[in-house]
Amino acid sequence: MFRAPKVLPPSDDKRWRIVEGTMRRNGFSRNALIETLHTVQESFGYIDDDSMHFVAESLHVPLSRVYGVSTFYHLFTLKPAGDHSCVMCTGTACYIKGINEMLANVEETYEIQPGETTEDGRISLLTARCLGSCGLAPVAVFDGEIVGKLNPEILQKRLAAWSDGND
Amino acid sequence: MIERLIEIKEEEAEREAGFEHRVCVCVAAGCLSSQSDEVLEAIKNQVAEAGLEESVEVKGTGCMGLCAHGPLVSQCSREEHDHAHDYGEVMYQNVTAEDAGEIVESLGKKPVKKLQLDTEMPFFKNQTKIVLENSGIVDPERIEDYIAHDGYQALLFALTQMTPEEVIDEIERSGLRGRGGGGYPTGLKWTTVAKSVSNQKYVICNADEGDPGAFMDRSVLESDPHRVLEGMALAGYAVGADQGFIYVRGEYPLAVERLKVAIRQARRMNLLGSEIGNTPFRFHIDIRLGAGAFVCGEETALIASIEGKRGQPRPRPPYPAEYGLFGEPTLINNVETFANVAPIIRNGGDWYASIGTAKSKGTKVFALAGDITNTGLIEVPMGIKLREIIVDIGGGVPGGGNPKAVQTGGPSGGCIPEEHLDTPVDYESLKALGSIMGSGGMIVMDQKANMVDVAQYFMEFCMTESCGRCIPCRVGTVHMYNLLDKIDKGLATPNDLALLEELCEMVRETSLCGLGQTAPNPVLSTLHYFRNEYEDKINYEVKMEVAE
Repeated sequence: MFRAPKVLPPSDDKRWRIVEGTMRRNGFSRNALIETLHTVQESFGYIDDDSMHFVAESLHVPLSRVYGVSTFYHLFTLKPAGDHSCVMCTGTACYIKGINEMLANVEETYEIQPGETTEDGRISLLTARCLGSCGLAPVAVFDGEIVGKLNPEILQKRLAAWSDGND
Repeated sequence: MIERLIEIKEEEAEREAGFEHRVCVCVAAGCLSSQSDEVLEAIKNQVAEAGLEESVEVKGTGCMGLCAHGPLVSQCSREEHDHAHDYGEVMYQNVTAEDAGEIVESLGKKPVKKLQLDTEMPFFKNQTKIVLENSGIVDPERIEDYIAHDGYQALLFALTQMTPEEVIDEIERSGLRGRGGGGYPTGLKWTTVAKSVSNQKYVICNADEGDPGAFMDRSVLESDPHRVLEGMALAGYAVGADQGFIYVRGEYPLAVERLKVAIRQARRMNLLGSEIGNTPFRFHIDIRLGAGAFVCGEETALIASIEGKRGQPRPRPPYPAEYGLFGEPTLINNVETFANVAPIIRNGGDWYASIGTAKSKGTKVFALAGDITNTGLIEVPMGIKLREIIVDIGGGVPGGGNPKAVQTGGPSGGCIPEEHLDTPVDYESLKALGSIMGSGGMIVMDQKANMVDVAQYFMEFCMTESCGRCIPCRVGTVHMYNLLDKIDKGLATPNDLALLEELCEMVRETSLCGLGQTAPNPVLSTLHYFRNEYEDKINYEVKMEVAE
């Protein structure tokens, strides 16, 4: 039977094995594209050109579709993240409790827009549609730690600590 | 196999009976983000230190509802064990790890006053729990605990004593309607899929809860995942499918984790997989992760996403019931719909139909948030008045006063003003008000809310989340957003307002999927009830010029 030659990973970085593992578990099916991209992002932090080529060849899908899917979904990012990430929830409950003013404040202070990283690479600012912790609104996630009942002082303190390198 | 379940149930009852006291700590996402895991750990340590491990059971459970006051801890002693469906005698709020010692010390004595929560308040008393009956009571990571609370009984009963037609018949008689918001009769949907001829059919659970301000599905998955699995397996049996998928939002890592654990446990106990309960029925469930696209809540977009494509909807018909996942007949229901299935089979469709109104049966879970005292999760019978939910159960607006409006249905819904709060909650009544039932998010706004800004907020949401496939939605939402922005900044002319209304109509009538068709709802409902707020912002100088 015809067997396609095995596609070699772009480098001998061990993390590629995790990505290959995900694809193998799904029988290298093209339906597993989103699963695979999740694994790439978990392993590398973002999805770069090399990984898109690798995934496209391994799953036998056009590169255009890999690029299309990677850019369609908000959770996938094509740029490396900063040292720290701050995800601010912009769901309705948080909006009612004034997250927009706080977000505008952060944008101004650090001169970044949501989805961007500060120039020194210290802080990535992200927004989420709703984290589902509406009971604690307004909510933000600092490096994976959910902080509820947020106020401008706490936010300011947390970000300043990262920015100054006290971590 | 049913004998094995009864055995487990008895073992559990025996285990429970051995304990003098039981302490439950909420470890669902709301309380977890206020470090309830540390509280659980601390209480366990304190119990161990006091050498009470034999007589005190400490367990992590799902959501107890009152998320605003988390972390929540409930505690009951042996006499109350019979009332397993009560929250127990004592509930504590805002518990920290430092309080653990005091709580453990108080067991069997007077409760700790400063932490105590009034369990007699309407928030707890005025609810009717079906979907959430186990939330806050069972340990979501132990299948035995679910079985001890009658779990998987309905599935095994149906597999051995009922034909698939009888299962569908029971669902039809219950009058259950889709809880994702549309309200399509569940029995009818199941019948259509069952009648489709194919060797391969699929069951999909839609857990892509994208509405901002809604967290019901997340809570059900985190608090009682087995209930959803059982509902899916029953659906699989009824329509003749052997493969199920749960499509979960990528933003809900804890729910995914608990689902994985639950699926593994159910497989090990032969309650999922091949030859379930020693019958010929087989059913597998796999998890698919969403990646942050609101439009994937639409069924055809969700199917595209499971197939590994961009989540873009396609025109219907053909409906997924005939041509769905991989081109096969597919049943798609919401988490809450599946969560209702097992109790219906267990207690009968007539029992379920006895709750609610003539056209909307059963209960509905709502997530209360915004300017309301008791933010959290509630379950109420259909037909309850909005005012009862907001004022009695929700405790009204903090600091008193009347709410200005209640927003239901997320970006597809509308704002209901205070004077209509006496409307009963059912699919038809809410629609008549220009809103929808939606998946259950309920956001309360106080008098300070600027309705033009609220409409703009939702339009911004729809604009960014539009998948871009059809033009009315892709272009229309941008223009509506810009017009709202103009109005809010006081730069708009009366013509702009007219244009906005015209656009609303056009986008609603010509968009491909639900996202576009309902995107104008927040604008239309605020225009209908709060038109003066829009008109106050119209620039009259420009108007004069036009008049000249």
